[in-house]
Amino acid sequence: MAIAEDIRIKPSSETLLRPDRPKPPRNYAQFIRWALLFLGGVLMVMPLVYMISTSLKYSFEVYNLNLIPEEPTLENYTYVLEDGRFYTWFLNSLIIATLTTISTLIFDSLVGYVLCKFKFRGRYLIFIAILSTLMIPTEMLVIPWYLMSQQLGWLDTYWGIMFPGLMTAFGVFLMKQFFETVPDDFLEAARIDGLNELQIWWSVAMPLVKPALAALAIFVFLGNWTAFIWPLIATTDTALYTLPVGLSSFGDEADVAWELIMTGAAISTLPTLVVFLIFQRFIIRGVVMAGLKG
Amino acid sequence: MANLALRDLVKTYDRTEVLHSINLDVKDGEFVVFVGPSGCGKSTTLRMIAGLEEVTSGTVEIGGQVVNNLEPKDRDIAMVFQNYAIYPHMTVRKNIAFGLRTSKMTRAQKEARIEEVAGILGMTEYLDRKPNQLSGGQRQRVAIGRAMVRDPAVFLFDEPLSNLDAQLRTQMRLEIKKLHRRVGSTIVFVTHDQVEAMTMADRIVIMKDGHIQQIGSPAEVYHAPANTFVAQFIGAPSMNLLEGRGTASGVTLWTGAALATGPKADGKALTIGIRPEDLHVVESGGVLSGVVSVAEPLGSETLVYVDVDGKEIIASASGRTPPAAGDRITLDLDVRNLHVFDAASGEALA
Repeated sequence: MAIAEDIRIKPSSETLLRPDRPKPPRNYAQFIRWALLFLGGVLMVMPLVYMISTSLKYSFEVYNLNLIPEEPTLENYTYVLEDGRFYTWFLNSLIIATLTTISTLIFDSLVGYVLCKFKFRGRYLIFIAILSTLMIPTEMLVIPWYLMSQQLGWLDTYWGIMFPGLMTAFGVFLMKQFFETVPDDFLEAARIDGLNELQIWWSVAMPLVKPALAALAIFVFLGNWTAFIWPLIATTDTALYTLPVGLSSFGDEADVAWELIMTGAAISTLPTLVVFLIFQRFIIRGVVMAGLKG
Repeated sequence: MANLALRDLVKTYDRTEVLHSINLDVKDGEFVVFVGPSGCGKSTTLRMIAGLEEVTSGTVEIGGQVVNNLEPKDRDIAMVFQNYAIYPHMTVRKNIAFGLRTSKMTRAQKEARIEEVAGILGMTEYLDRKPNQLSGGQRQRVAIGRAMVRDPAVFLFDEPLSNLDAQLRTQMRLEIKKLHRRVGSTIVFVTHDQVEAMTMADRIVIMKDGHIQQIGSPAEVYHAPANTFVAQFIGAPSMNLLEGRGTASGVTLWTGAALATGPKADGKALTIGIRPEDLHVVESGGVLSGVVSVAEPLGSETLVYVDVDGKEIIASASGRTPPAAGDRITLDLDVRNLHVFDAASGEALA
């Protein structure tokens, strides 16, 4: 602190010699950096702003690109919230996103832990096989998923919507990489202290990778909350629709009720915000803990 | 408490034998230190005792029972790791209590035991702190506390002081030694630091390339090294090893100086060992003469590096009136302090 103050108080010899010197060029570079970041921020936020703006418009004004509605209204919110279907879809999405998140956190971390900390023949092969599924786009997997669901009677069930997301290759990869940072000494100490392998994973290894679990929870929850293609294909019963599928059904064959869709979408962002706020502190705390390590 | 025995212990990784027939008996309550350079097999031996490495062949016996096939938790041992291995998400109390998770003690008994251990280690006031609020020495105490709380038959320490600074290491060395006196447990301690080994051990096991080089008390390994490796590894600065040849009456050094000592090995190539403190700077009549290349003042003594006929020899000189670099000095020695080794095998000759 004292050194920092010294630096601030004492002008450099260069400054003393040339007091009129223009600001160093790094300030321009900084300005450009800030400008680019601002532009990026605007690009990110604009769709959200338009979503809120459209939700406050009457249907006749929807195709006007003005940001502030000429006649702002909360009528869309009243309509959506009074429509009983919205609550059903909201609940469906909540159940599916929560269960898949819990399942992914458990199974991905379990598989990642085993692949990272146990030496057995073929573990690299298994890891590569799991990773290779990341190369296959969801659109290609939808057909086999559908055929499988049809044959097993999983269509129009929660299980049918959830099963493809109960474990993810990305999660396994992420957790394996994080478990690499957990020293084996912790696990061996627990082994000597009498814990079995499942207890070691749960009581020792898992608390040490909380930041990764938090990040994975956010990714998985958001991914499932906003999932559209598979829930659309897997369900025909409107009572089992998830929120994105349900919202897309607003309107009729002649017209799409964008103001209602945007209203539903605006409301549906709230849980994702809550999830982010809950889990982000673990990520931040994880970074702080890492900084304190000797 | 219990005795520990290693019988013909062998470890192989991918057909490469890294530990070769290790045999050792550790008495009940004894403090044994494994010391050696990196890769000598000391940590592998310790991990095999702990059950963290499989035994390729041979047996590990604790308290007279062969434990090769027992899980680490069933061996009645506790281990302190180099990186402490205390859980960062738990308080000191929970870390120490962790060792009692599988114990059949009541909650009150466990609490009493934790308080007792924390008291012994001087950690009572830190019980509710997290590890990141502790210093390195305090963290190491927590690790020791977690091992102590279970009252194991054998304590295993795997280079536990390596991560501490020099001052703290000296302090912890003393504390572990006091702790051993107090609890009287059997301890196997691994280190690469010969000073740690010398100051703490009842007996030292010196290892190199998977072989035991010598087992003995600190005084034995220092004053009667079994071979040139032990002679050089134990003691700082290292023992001087000089070329010589056996004669009918003793040995002749490479300088031509004749010394009446040692085994009679007429004509045989020998290595003569002499510790720096056994070489004395004299005004006249010494055995070796040379020019001081470097003088290292240490306060109580000064180490002088002397160039004698192209070979560098370390000697200990007075701390008050030391020779300076560039001085020509003469060194004398007491032949009773010479160590004679076979030049070819490096083994000590009786």
